[in-house]
Amino acid sequence: MSAFHVPIPKVGTLVAVWATLIVLTGLTSYVSYFELGEWNIVVALLIAVTKASLVAWVFMGVRHSTTLTRLFCVAGLAWLMILILLTYSDYSTRNWTYQAQPWSTNKAAGTSR
Amino acid sequence: MLGMWTFLITEVLFFGGMFAAYAVYRNMYPDAFASTSKFMDVVLGGTNTAVLICSSLTMVLAVRAAQLSKRAHLILFLILTMIFGTIFLVIKGFEYHSKWVEHLVPGFDFQYDEPRYQHNAQILFFLYFAMTGMHALHMVIGLGLLTFLLVQAKRRIFNENYFAPVEMIGLYWHFVDIVWIFLFPLLYLIGHRR
Repeated sequence: MSAFHVPIPKVGTLVAVWATLIVLTGLTSYVSYFELGEWNIVVALLIAVTKASLVAWVFMGVRHSTTLTRLFCVAGLAWLMILILLTYSDYSTRNWTYQAQPWSTNKAAGTSR
Repeated sequence: MLGMWTFLITEVLFFGGMFAAYAVYRNMYPDAFASTSKFMDVVLGGTNTAVLICSSLTMVLAVRAAQLSKRAHLILFLILTMIFGTIFLVIKGFEYHSKWVEHLVPGFDFQYDEPRYQHNAQILFFLYFAMTGMHALHMVIGLGLLTFLLVQAKRRIFNENYFAPVEMIGLYWHFVDIVWIFLFPLLYLIGHRR
């Protein structure tokens, strides 16, 4: 088992991470009451990513894990990004070609019968 | 352990599909989505976030106790984790109940006080119930796994040489916490300042 050589975490570290997570939860709630336009979602997601990274890095022990485990984490994130970015970029750009240009209107130029 | 990480990647993509659907529909109907925030209880949602973070702390302390062969501490922290998990589900139950009373359950006599958002807001509430519902199901499964750990701990199965099940179920529990860390801002905090 790979777990045998994992150093045992200090209680102080774990409590410090817990306190940081609680503070960040309060911060994201507090910031959401201000009108920041597009930046509301950016701030909310940045804080969420920070919290998730803290949980993964310390609580889930990624900081002491093997390179292979880290590779698995990064692969999971990469696939998630592919899923969300490709789906979102498709839907969010569908109305960019706002004016249809049917080829049959080329009659005026005499190129179509 | 790597098997658990592999399983968690499949879980990331399972929840990721719903997050992608959320991103698409939020992009289509930003105003309707923002208008739903006033029906979300930020205090209850924030409390639940804190409760889950506390449960993650007790879970990681349980793993630590198992690594150190401290059986009494292991049992204590497993029970605390289960208590926090149960508190989360009870609060979630109250929230679901108030949604039911306010006719905000899509498909079941859904009534929205802004008629122009009647259809589009329903999409957000559908996503709300799908995402938090699947999350709650993961919590229930997690509580079952913790019960299994508790029974094994009582039978003195774990010691400093054998604690992999505690670590693996700990990973699962933290993953479920991470999902909620994203659900809370996306579902509760999108537009209640308006």
